[in-house]
Amino acid sequence: MDFIVKGFFQALQLLLRGDKEVYSIAFLTLKVSGLATLISLLLGVPLGLYLAVSRFRGREFFLGGVNAGMGLPPTVVGLWVALFFWRRGPLGFLGLMYTPTAMVIAQTVIATPLVAGLTLSAVQQLSPKLRLQILALGASPLQFWWLIIKEVRLGILAAVMAGFGRVIAEVGASMAVGGNVRWYSRVLTTSIVLEVNRGNFSLALALSFVLLFITYSVTYLLTVLQQRRRQT
Amino acid sequence: MKRKKLFSLFLLVLLTITLTACGGEPAAEDGDTAEPEIKDLILSTTTSTQDSGLLDELIPIFEEETGYLVKTIAVGTGKALEMASLGEADVLLVHAPDAEKEVEAAGDVINRQLVMHNDFVLVGPAEDPQGLRGLTTAQEAFTALFENETGFVTRGDDSGTDKMEKGIWADLGLEPEGAWYIDAGSGMADTLKIASEKGAYTLTDRGTYLALKDTLDLDILFEGDEILLNIYHVMQVNPEKFANINAEGGQAFVKFMVAKETQDIIGEFGVDRFGSPLFFPDAK
Repeated sequence: MDFIVKGFFQALQLLLRGDKEVYSIAFLTLKVSGLATLISLLLGVPLGLYLAVSRFRGREFFLGGVNAGMGLPPTVVGLWVALFFWRRGPLGFLGLMYTPTAMVIAQTVIATPLVAGLTLSAVQQLSPKLRLQILALGASPLQFWWLIIKEVRLGILAAVMAGFGRVIAEVGASMAVGGNVRWYSRVLTTSIVLEVNRGNFSLALALSFVLLFITYSVTYLLTVLQQRRRQT
Repeated sequence: MKRKKLFSLFLLVLLTITLTACGGEPAAEDGDTAEPEIKDLILSTTTSTQDSGLLDELIPIFEEETGYLVKTIAVGTGKALEMASLGEADVLLVHAPDAEKEVEAAGDVINRQLVMHNDFVLVGPAEDPQGLRGLTTAQEAFTALFENETGFVTRGDDSGTDKMEKGIWADLGLEPEGAWYIDAGSGMADTLKIASEKGAYTLTDRGTYLALKDTLDLDILFEGDEILLNIYHVMQVNPEKFANINAEGGQAFVKFMVAKETQDIIGEFGVDRFGSPLFFPDAK
């Protein structure tokens, strides 16, 4: 028991002392996962909206793909993205292997189906009559989509939170395409794995607190945003 | 209006993140040395060199001296050699001499040089139910461990340690299998933890064991046989065989690892923490 308590206090000490490496790791984590979430928002929301409203042959096939994609294992994504970015891979000439950029791409692949899927189900919860009504009132396509987005904004924010939570927590893809390179592509989850392997449990514990703190803070901000909008 | 403000704020935060992330170059300190042509150097190595902290000590010195950005990818030796055979790394630091020779013979790596060694030890519960203490050869020790009651945890990850262990069983003509032979499929640290929790035996490199000793209920029960030497070599991936290899960087790293100053640092590494070095320098 006492080693847990000891670890906890060592963790606090480490944080309060302002360890330079811990801060740089935390900052990179926020950058990579924040950017991946943003891109997945730009890709996933339109995809979800489109799939929710449109009717075309083979739509179920895509819906199944999106829903299955919500549970994509990060390790699998990491492997596939790595295959593309290896020097011999089709995109090897870009030289992106073991870079933060590759991590953003992998995390975007992980988060996009989640954002799309949650957007999709949020739109589908709207009454179908609403869509007809908007159209009957003579809305232009642009106005139509804007109104739909406004209607499902709570769902979209939930999708953002879920996507961010998923990518900041994943370790497999970041390890595979980022390589956990010190001062360069090391994020909180990969450094936790490393420190556990090194037997530095207190440092691992400290990093886990930083991770939880960041995840909570970002999610809290988004929640405030979501709830305020609901009240008006 | 308030929510609009809040929403704008949210967008602003995202934008800031985007912009800062786009300037993704690390803030590396500029040395006096001329910038190398290709900056990235992928070092494929075994987990023990990273987990022990040795590379954290050596890499910054090398980067400072040469201006390269070393991307250390710590994997099992098997995977590290595979990366060399695929041309996905520039330089290797690994510890499975027999497997290395094969890769060298295939022409995938060149300029292979001896760097350092430590040794493998057999660890297990302090009570030592199989009576390893006092045995003189690794063969005897492994024979005593075959089909034992308390179990033996194997890495099972095709690492240098794994290759060493499997090689000894094979030399003895034994085929370890069954409930007593626990396949961890993990790195050294995890394997040690599993052995500790289960009260089982395992084969480990001394460095990783010493680094984790305080967190484990495991004692060294057998050591000192010559065949348990754990020998590390550094080598370049053959730039003539694969495209995009950072040949100059690889050569510089090999040179750095066998240089006297580096060898001195290796010999001193770990003395302050463990009272004895974790690796013994071997380059002439």
